[in-house]
Amino acid sequence: METQVRHRKGHRMTSTSAAGAGDDILVLEELTLRYGALAAVDHVSLRVRRGGRHALIGPNGAGKSSLFSVVAGTQRATEGTVFFDGQDVSGLTEVGRARVGLVRTFQHSSLFLGMSVLDNARLAVERAEGSPKRPWPNPRRDRRITEAALRHIGSVGLTDRKEALCGALSHGERRQLEVGLVLACNPSLVLFDEPTAGMSAAETERFSEVVESLPAEITTVVVEHDLDVVFRLADRISVLSAGRLIADGTPEEVRADEAVREAYLGKPRSEEPLFGTVA
Amino acid sequence: MLSWLDANALTMINGVALAAVLFLIAVGLSLIFGTMNVLNLAHGAVSLTGAYIGVALLDGSATMPNFIVAVLAAAAVGLVIGGVLAVMTSSVKDHLRQALLTLGVALIAGDVLREIFGADVESVPAPAGLDGAVSILGRQYPLYRLSIIAVSAVIAILLYLVLERTRVGAMVRATVADRAMVEAIGIRTNLVLGGVFGVGAALASIGGLLAAPILGAQPGLDDTVLLLGLVVVVVGGLGSLKGALVGALLVGQLQTLGVAMLSEYASFLLFGAMALVLLTRPRGLLPAKTGAH
Amino acid sequence: MEARTVRDDPDAGADVDGEDTKTRDPDRDRGWSSRSRHVVLPRVALGVVLLVLASLPLFLAPYPIGLAGRMLAFALLVISVDLLTGVTGMPTLGQVAYFGTGAYTAGLVGIHITDNGFVQVAAGVGAAAVLALFTGAIAVRTSGIVFLMVTLAIGELVHQVADSLSVVGASNGLAGIPAVTLVPGGEPLLLAGYVYWWVLGVFLVGLLVAYLVLKSPLGRSMRGVRDGEQRLHAIGQHTYPVKLAAYVVAGGIAGAAGTAWVAQTRFFSPGDLGFDVAAFALLSVVLGGAGTLWGPAIGAAVVVLVRDWLSAYVDGKGALMLGVLFVVAVYTLPRGIAGARWRRRSATGRDTA
Repeated sequence: METQVRHRKGHRMTSTSAAGAGDDILVLEELTLRYGALAAVDHVSLRVRRGGRHALIGPNGAGKSSLFSVVAGTQRATEGTVFFDGQDVSGLTEVGRARVGLVRTFQHSSLFLGMSVLDNARLAVERAEGSPKRPWPNPRRDRRITEAALRHIGSVGLTDRKEALCGALSHGERRQLEVGLVLACNPSLVLFDEPTAGMSAAETERFSEVVESLPAEITTVVVEHDLDVVFRLADRISVLSAGRLIADGTPEEVRADEAVREAYLGKPRSEEPLFGTVA
Repeated sequence: MLSWLDANALTMINGVALAAVLFLIAVGLSLIFGTMNVLNLAHGAVSLTGAYIGVALLDGSATMPNFIVAVLAAAAVGLVIGGVLAVMTSSVKDHLRQALLTLGVALIAGDVLREIFGADVESVPAPAGLDGAVSILGRQYPLYRLSIIAVSAVIAILLYLVLERTRVGAMVRATVADRAMVEAIGIRTNLVLGGVFGVGAALASIGGLLAAPILGAQPGLDDTVLLLGLVVVVVGGLGSLKGALVGALLVGQLQTLGVAMLSEYASFLLFGAMALVLLTRPRGLLPAKTGAH
Repeated sequence: MEARTVRDDPDAGADVDGEDTKTRDPDRDRGWSSRSRHVVLPRVALGVVLLVLASLPLFLAPYPIGLAGRMLAFALLVISVDLLTGVTGMPTLGQVAYFGTGAYTAGLVGIHITDNGFVQVAAGVGAAAVLALFTGAIAVRTSGIVFLMVTLAIGELVHQVADSLSVVGASNGLAGIPAVTLVPGGEPLLLAGYVYWWVLGVFLVGLLVAYLVLKSPLGRSMRGVRDGEQRLHAIGQHTYPVKLAAYVVAGGIAGAAGTAWVAQTRFFSPGDLGFDVAAFALLSVVLGGAGTLWGPAIGAAVVVLVRDWLSAYVDGKGALMLGVLFVVAVYTLPRGIAGARWRRRSATGRDTA
């Protein structure tokens, strides 16, 4: 695995054509998203290792959300390619990407608020394993689906809330349930969009535990503001600034990186330690 | 081509006259939806009320001053009904329950009007001086219909100026665009919105009165007018003044020229055209600038 | 069984406050006594309602029995509207199109082919579902108020076709429909009570189908569409096929309602599928409580009762009374008739807690 921090100053990273071969589950090649003249995402190339805990950070307006939506399939890239699991998924919609195992969460947790926790999970399980359009009940198959749904609810710690109406859950519980829904989709990679935004410290702690407890074979990519969470959850960090990838490496490397300090603080050398509070 | 024009010119003018009335009725429906997010199903009943005010005040013949008094009375009554509806709907958030409420009001109003004026078609005279005919392309054409077009055009221009050039208009447009934002900067949207509802209803009432010398006044007309108004606003684009104008002109021509030329398919034209527009341009031909939902 | 529907699915579109859930949750843990209240009691209630419905012909005169039959047919139409409006979140004015298709098809089959009721229902449901498939394929591409207006257009277009097509009697309506028979060569159901039982049978089968769909994966997906299409996309589910499937099922049930109506009245005219019928059907859903099955059914019964029966006693004031009913209901029943019952239950829960 490459550990060297790559600075993107004028020169372009040489892209490999053998995308998706071997260790990397997600490969972005020269990804660009333009709104008119403005490039929200500017030739970003990035690799995410299979099973990795990847984080994407950057100051406000760096293009994190745009990059996220291009990878998730909500928006189509102007240029460039997204390879997932060795396959070019650039042409797939959000639905298509979810079906091949590239599943996203939402910044404002969006769930089926009028349905119970259990029904939320059942919906996702039915999509992944059953026949979501079967118009009649089938006791045996429905029981299997319920069991799987209960398993996923349990794995995010919501077993005792299974009958609760989703709209009655706390913000933190909704976040946990969202992870449960994602798990029910049998993902190989989960994209988290600012998952701890608006959470209390306790909720953030609880949520971090849930993400840490995810099976190792599920890769996670987190777009996050809270750097404490990032340094806790990630084993590799990519930094965006003004639509460009300015750094990509292990947490230690990124923490030591000058371009990153510059991007975050707007001046070359800061007297204060940037990530001083990291445990 | 010339002979076709010659043969159909009067039909087309009829279509514009119908469009003029439809515009007055529909623009209120559209603005009320755009600003308050209320689908006012009592709009047809308000319009019919305007027509019956003409019946009540103008018995048999109408001098110009009488007619103007009737128009003002219709406007005042419309304003009051609109204000009452604004208050009634303000505590009801869900679209369908607003529809239930306003349809309930429409049913009550329809029944009260029938009780007062009976079930027969009542006619309203055109004002003296405008009840004659003028010669267009060698044919006689009722002067009153041309007057309606002129009045409606003046009202449309006034509305446009108020909406585009005044502070109140800016508030209304801003409310259509982003209601939460307008509330956040401390404008009392309720007052603005109540005003829009009142003015919208007043225009519907005036429209109903102006149409009465042509269409008469009778129970059931409220449903017809409501349906036409709905078609106009969704075809034109909800919440948009220009949309209501374009929608009204289109529906006016469909209902006159279209029916004259394609009489076999007359009954399918209106809703067929609406379905076609909605499926190709779901937000209407000229939608309001930002999401009117 | 019906109370479970309520529990799963309180009210479409209404914002869900935690209060009700919190007051319901303790109930759950109280073991058998709460089970008896929430599971056994509704079943007993359902049994009583069925018994009363089935025994109506034994003590009602022919006219009120005919009214009850029309009520059931209209209630089934309203249930089909609710499947789209309350369950799937797609408010519709177009179910009258499939209601009319079912009715005209059953009537034509009765006149020209066979008076066998089962054949008529099958033909009516089939024709309605096919029409729903083709029109729905276009309509469900839209949503919200645009969907509402597109379905209004569909309803009005079918209304206009019925109004001008001579084979269905055009504006005069389709008359001369023979009474249905149950077996080939059997006695036609001429007595009001027998006709009513047939209509009740069609209604119950339609209700059962709607109930099963609601309990099925499709039903869950439909509620998913209502609560968040975007979320459904994110778990990899296309919403278009779900909406279309819901539309076809609802169309078929509306068709069944049409066949029941025509079996009852043995006459059908374009006025029976006009805008007012569409509006009343939609508003019966709101009145009854969108998202449940029994609420809208009761809403429908109330609407027919007020419009057709009560108005006979107050000198044709049906429209006025409906209007007053609607306005009062908006302010006194914020969650519809179904919600009123629900609220009282949670209130008692609070008292005993």
